[in-house]
Amino acid sequence: MPHDHHDHDHFHHEGMSPSGHPYRADNDGPLTYWQRMEIAVRELLVEKGLLTPSEIAAQIEAMEARSPANGAAVVARAWVDPAFKARLLADASAASREMGFDIGPLHLIAVENTAQTHNLIVCTLCSCYPRNLLGLPPDWYKTREYRSRAVREPRAVLREFGLDLPDDVTVRVHDSTADMRYIVLPSRPEGTEGLDEAELAILVTRDSMIGTGLPRQP
Amino acid sequence: MAERVRVKALTPPGHVRAPWYLRGKEGVIERPLGAFRNPEQLAYGLPAEEKPLFRVRFLMRDIWGEAAENPDDTLDAEIYAHWLEKVDHHAP
Amino acid sequence: MSDWDGRRWHDMGGQAAGPVPMEGHDFALWEKRIDALMVLCGQKGLFTVDGLRRALEDMGEDAFEKHSYYERWIAAVNQNLLESGVYSLEELADRMEQVAARGPTYAEAQHG
Repeated sequence: MPHDHHDHDHFHHEGMSPSGHPYRADNDGPLTYWQRMEIAVRELLVEKGLLTPSEIAAQIEAMEARSPANGAAVVARAWVDPAFKARLLADASAASREMGFDIGPLHLIAVENTAQTHNLIVCTLCSCYPRNLLGLPPDWYKTREYRSRAVREPRAVLREFGLDLPDDVTVRVHDSTADMRYIVLPSRPEGTEGLDEAELAILVTRDSMIGTGLPRQP
Repeated sequence: MAERVRVKALTPPGHVRAPWYLRGKEGVIERPLGAFRNPEQLAYGLPAEEKPLFRVRFLMRDIWGEAAENPDDTLDAEIYAHWLEKVDHHAP
Repeated sequence: MSDWDGRRWHDMGGQAAGPVPMEGHDFALWEKRIDALMVLCGQKGLFTVDGLRRALEDMGEDAFEKHSYYERWIAAVNQNLLESGVYSLEELADRMEQVAARGPTYAEAQHG
């Protein structure tokens, strides 16, 4: 019989995410060496009094609460509130905290797309990402292909994402080599004058905040 | 006028945050970012003093030369002060 | 004879590579736990992000190609914790054996 997550519900709620959805089915595959290491390391840290199970659960929950929707809310606010946009471009960490997002020690810089400029974010040395605002990065962001090529042929990379930029738009690539993380402030789409902040936020995709996409059209 | 700098063309074997493709390349200081603990010490669990960090902007033509995809596009990277040297404007 | 220019494998910017693979996946519970361990141990000063990166870099290109992201991260977390003496290799070895004896799947082995 396939393993049923509900078997564990009566004692731990193990296997369920905080939002109540089952995790990916890997719990049922053969136990791997690295999974054994994770379990062993976690248990040793708890037994030595360095971590508690509730801290670990709370951290997983905090990370799951972070998603591109947080960044989208920041972008939409900047689209409707020029004073907020100025604060965002001056200090994106402070502006994100002002909106109530718990971004921890993140040092965030917002880079603005305009009619003449398109920004693209990469980390060539590892896979640094503004995870404390946007959540965990997409898999492609961590690949050799993206890390290698984004700094040398960003326009070719963008075409693979369906974005063909005209020659008169300058591409600015940002390599997150040290302590800063970046978020793109995309341009507000045409024809959105009648939309409110919440409606605008729905148009803001994850990729539009990394620079590999544009916001949706309404 | 923005300050012109060159990334030092050093090749130590350890954990450093100055990417290979920018070593020896010239750009301008885009903005200072403050001081951060030196990752080259932190990586080995050693005491680490704070080092000034700068965002440096490079033209793609200055990185890739004739092979640049679009010479006027730019690349920004964060480089620690101890990896930067001033470029002498009066040099031939 | 094998001289070397000094460029390390992880320093990938500008190298030739193929099309960006677009497929993605959700993270499993064991991967989310590794992520949490990494963040919490960092907050408690047990290691630094640069200590983790150094361990990942030192694993080499082979590990990057063969193992998944969080497999490499738990190896880096473990390497740093061993180096700072949080637990011994003997303790780790014994515990990994105990874990394996609990059952053949992660669901069965995940807590004793």
